[in-house]
Amino acid sequence: MSSDNKTALYQEHLSLGGKMVSFAGWSMPVEYPSGLRVEHANVRSKVGLFDVSHMGEFRVQGPEALKTVEHLTTNFVAGLEKNQAQYSLLCNEQGGVVDDLIVYCLEEGTDYLLCVNASNRHKDFEWVVKNNLGAEISDISDLWSQIAVQGPNAYELVEKVYPGFQSSSLKNFELLQTSFEGSSCIIAKTGYTGEAGFEIFIENEKAVQLWQALLEKGQGLGVLPIGLGARDSLRTEMKYSLYGHEIDDTTLPHEAGLNWVVKATKKDFIGKAAILEAKELGFSKKLVGFKMKGRGIPRQSYLLFSFDNQEIGWVTSGTMSPTLNEAIGIAYIKPEFAPVGSEFNVQIRGKNIAAEVVKTPFVNQK
Amino acid sequence: MSKKFIVPEENYYTKDHEWAYVDENIVTVGITTFAQDKLGEIVYVDLPEEGNKVTQNEDFGVVESVKAASDLLSPVSGTVIEVNDGVMDNPGVLNDDPLNDGWLIKIEMDSEKELANLIRAGEYRKLIEKES
Repeated sequence: MSSDNKTALYQEHLSLGGKMVSFAGWSMPVEYPSGLRVEHANVRSKVGLFDVSHMGEFRVQGPEALKTVEHLTTNFVAGLEKNQAQYSLLCNEQGGVVDDLIVYCLEEGTDYLLCVNASNRHKDFEWVVKNNLGAEISDISDLWSQIAVQGPNAYELVEKVYPGFQSSSLKNFELLQTSFEGSSCIIAKTGYTGEAGFEIFIENEKAVQLWQALLEKGQGLGVLPIGLGARDSLRTEMKYSLYGHEIDDTTLPHEAGLNWVVKATKKDFIGKAAILEAKELGFSKKLVGFKMKGRGIPRQSYLLFSFDNQEIGWVTSGTMSPTLNEAIGIAYIKPEFAPVGSEFNVQIRGKNIAAEVVKTPFVNQK
Repeated sequence: MSKKFIVPEENYYTKDHEWAYVDENIVTVGITTFAQDKLGEIVYVDLPEEGNKVTQNEDFGVVESVKAASDLLSPVSGTVIEVNDGVMDNPGVLNDDPLNDGWLIKIEMDSEKELANLIRAGEYRKLIEKES
């Protein structure tokens, strides 16, 4: 534990009774005394605060910034105006996903913020620097904290903490560059829960103050701090990908259902040729959401079998959905089994338990 | 900061955090207060059926929280003679009362000699002190 990095909010987590675990080299709260399921429900019904300061942030600046980010990522960066953001992917030459990320445009053409997974920070930075087309690239992860405010009451809460700020002034994936108590911060209408809300980047010096202000002003709105456990169950209910589960360096964006952020007709980027070639040949697996029909909870790496006992895939994530109180999972499966309603077995501790492909997201269906 | 966990003196323990209460050749098995705290809210339990054979140190079932699954290891070898089916419908009992209402199975053990492979309360307290 002692070798793990600590976020600027570490002491806050301890005083809130957070159960600290080691995650991607960071000591992070997996849950607080209210427990994972209460925290999960609170984000769906009220509002929750997440310390996501362990995420990596890179700044790409200068006259070659746009060209560089365009080359590195699969989404169409030139389509971003100042203060807009987009979900995107870093791919390798084989089209595999190095990481997923959000690209924030701070100044059109010349200044971008890339927010990447904590577990990939060093790998990603090496990759980005290696493929730099002349921009100034810096890893600013250690200078910035990040607090996610998510849930139906998130808009009201952030307005209370930032007097004069109107949540309605931002559309989804738009951001505001502002300040908090004299420190720079960025309020972005993004998240990883499927609820309304913001992710706020704040300089480390003022992170504790912002966290405390959000907790204090959120008393009447039912705010709770939320650990990594609920963060994972919330994203699983939305079928959002997590690196190391649904995506890794060998998965192609289309297999993961992320073709919507691959803009191959608009631009060139690393991995484009391989992705187009694979698309031509057809994909061997597809990411689906499923529910268990029999008793059992699917977990990562459990195998899937057809009813005639052919191995047809594997589980990437699974849990007992706190919202539905049903066992749900995400899996790679052979394309012929991918349609909604397809049935198959999940092998759980040696037993075959029936499951069915369902429509996703599992919750919040529009 | 370390919490106090109730570790009854009369029980035997596995290093995997099961407790075993021995009455003649009948062994009642459950998970410890430390185990339930570590797992968090338990949402799923799977147990064997009456008449099943179990083997010392091998899994006989599973307890799962939202975030993880944890195998249940049998403290002794023998035959399952009673199963607390109620906990499968109401897994939260394992958090609320792991030492009493949350018992899992009763085993008719094959050999008392196996008890020598288990640890007693004092040693178990030291173990969880180290792990917490």
